[in-house]
Amino acid sequence: MSDVIKKATRDGYGEALVELGNEIENLYVLDADLAAATKTGMFKKAHPKKFLDCGIAEQNMMGIAAGLSIEGNVVFASSFAMFAAGRAFEQVRNSIAYPDANVKIGATHAGISVGEDGATHQCCEDIALMRAIPNMVIINPADAVEAKLATKAAAAYKGPVYLRFGRLAVPVIFDENHRFEIGKGDILSEGSDVTIIATGLMVAEAVKANELLKAKGISARIVNIATIKPIDKQLILESAAKTGVIVTVEEHSIIGGLGSAVCEVICESAAPVPVLRIGVNDRFGFSGPALDLLDEFKLNAENIVNTAERAIGLKAR
Amino acid sequence: MDSQLKQTLELKANLIRQGIIEGTFNAKSGHPGGSLSVADLFAYLYFSCLNVNPQEPRWEGRDRLVLSKGHAAPAYYAALALRGFFPFEEIKNLRKIGHHLQGHPDRKHTPGVDMSSGSLGQGISAAVGMAYDAKLKAKSHKVYAILGDGEIQEGQVWEAAMFAGHKKLDNLIAFVDNNNLQIDGSMEEVISPYPIAAKFEAFGWNTAEINSHDFAQLEAAFEKAKAAQGKPFVIIGKSVKGKGVSFMEDKVEWHGAAPNKEQYDTALAELKAEYKKLEESAL
Repeated sequence: MSDVIKKATRDGYGEALVELGNEIENLYVLDADLAAATKTGMFKKAHPKKFLDCGIAEQNMMGIAAGLSIEGNVVFASSFAMFAAGRAFEQVRNSIAYPDANVKIGATHAGISVGEDGATHQCCEDIALMRAIPNMVIINPADAVEAKLATKAAAAYKGPVYLRFGRLAVPVIFDENHRFEIGKGDILSEGSDVTIIATGLMVAEAVKANELLKAKGISARIVNIATIKPIDKQLILESAAKTGVIVTVEEHSIIGGLGSAVCEVICESAAPVPVLRIGVNDRFGFSGPALDLLDEFKLNAENIVNTAERAIGLKAR
Repeated sequence: MDSQLKQTLELKANLIRQGIIEGTFNAKSGHPGGSLSVADLFAYLYFSCLNVNPQEPRWEGRDRLVLSKGHAAPAYYAALALRGFFPFEEIKNLRKIGHHLQGHPDRKHTPGVDMSSGSLGQGISAAVGMAYDAKLKAKSHKVYAILGDGEIQEGQVWEAAMFAGHKKLDNLIAFVDNNNLQIDGSMEEVISPYPIAAKFEAFGWNTAEINSHDFAQLEAAFEKAKAAQGKPFVIIGKSVKGKGVSFMEDKVEWHGAAPNKEQYDTALAELKAEYKKLEESAL
């Protein structure tokens, strides 16, 4: 895998913002003293007049974003996921989502792959928090290519959007032909024994797991779900019908994230199938190198393979 | 202040108070105390200060207003209705299912409301965002934000104050309704925010302290605030919670309780008698 190009999704976000600065006149990008880390710094350099640093005050930043959007602007507000979705949750709910403000929350450093900073900065609850808010679109892109496309799609969409990005450089799995549409998932590989639905940086691991499964003679359908809300129900139901069992994979709590969303769709369908969830198992993270942490939390291809085999076993019963 | 204008404002404030009583009585809930304390303020703003157009509520050149102390919605709604944004009769539908007059302001459904608010501390940030945009684009309108004195216990208010001071948003005018009472008691008993003006000054604001039931003082302070340059402006208005209804005045119990039928009748009779007196004195 030495030829794999790696790039963080936050880089795709920063690149998209720079381009959007040329395309949208009424655009603001806000940050809360983390511009270098969230990559809004790239935008700041290219479009200083449209950039606004709010200082270390995320709650106020979300309110300012709402006020700017009400004046007819497209507004991106960035911080780490922990502070954007966590600390400023109520401002996002009451000042952005409720009034239907045209604000895009660019939340970086999501999940445990933040690494050494440890549990206080490793947000594994943001998708759950944002999912519960009416009117909120949630996008968790798989790689930097998709991150860039998702950022542009969010800018074109009218209404609040939560964009989830990572700190860690992850394999680039899509090329320039990739198409992103809000609410639509992608089948990355066809298969009939099991469906593996992954999101964010776990999509690359699912692709890797697919090769290992193939070697074992297992045919897996690999699905990328970037838009967690509104979720692609049709694709999930079709996958359930086709393969009879589903494994979900996410770098987020197994409570309230992709796995929960898939279960909700499956449980309310006419023909439910077993769903096994891989994610952070209702626990806090801790310090360590990102890649080692992902292994510690079994967020890797090996666990996807084992879980897929277990899932297929459930189907046989 | 012009004596005719003063009389007009007194009459409008009285009608706003009647609307507050009408609305909260019919809703069997709501916040009469903190609404009555800003009735004079709203009369002044909507009948002598704000540049707004009821025929075109989202007119771009309008002055913006954010009621950060969103629980004073009954006063806001009564003022908007009197100014012609919607029929005054609608006040009776306050907090009713299917009606646009929500318990706290809702920008999506009520004409004239620029920002949804009610969760304390949040409205001021939205107002700051509006003011920043106007300043950057050299627009001439002003942005007004009305806060409660209890509300400024919220940390977000000071995040917003720091930002506005730093960015020298001299098109932003905040008003703190200082009735000195919050749900759990007096401000001194709960958590004192005093001195309020000095705190804003420390964050780079100009300040004025007035009696907010005196229209001449309101006018003088807002005129000064509108002319101010280089700094945002905050007016701290000393007020009486429940002002204008004798049995509600300065009583914390009326923060979030609606009048019953008897109290409603008494309050309206008082206000109507007062209205008549004001009308007669105007002749």
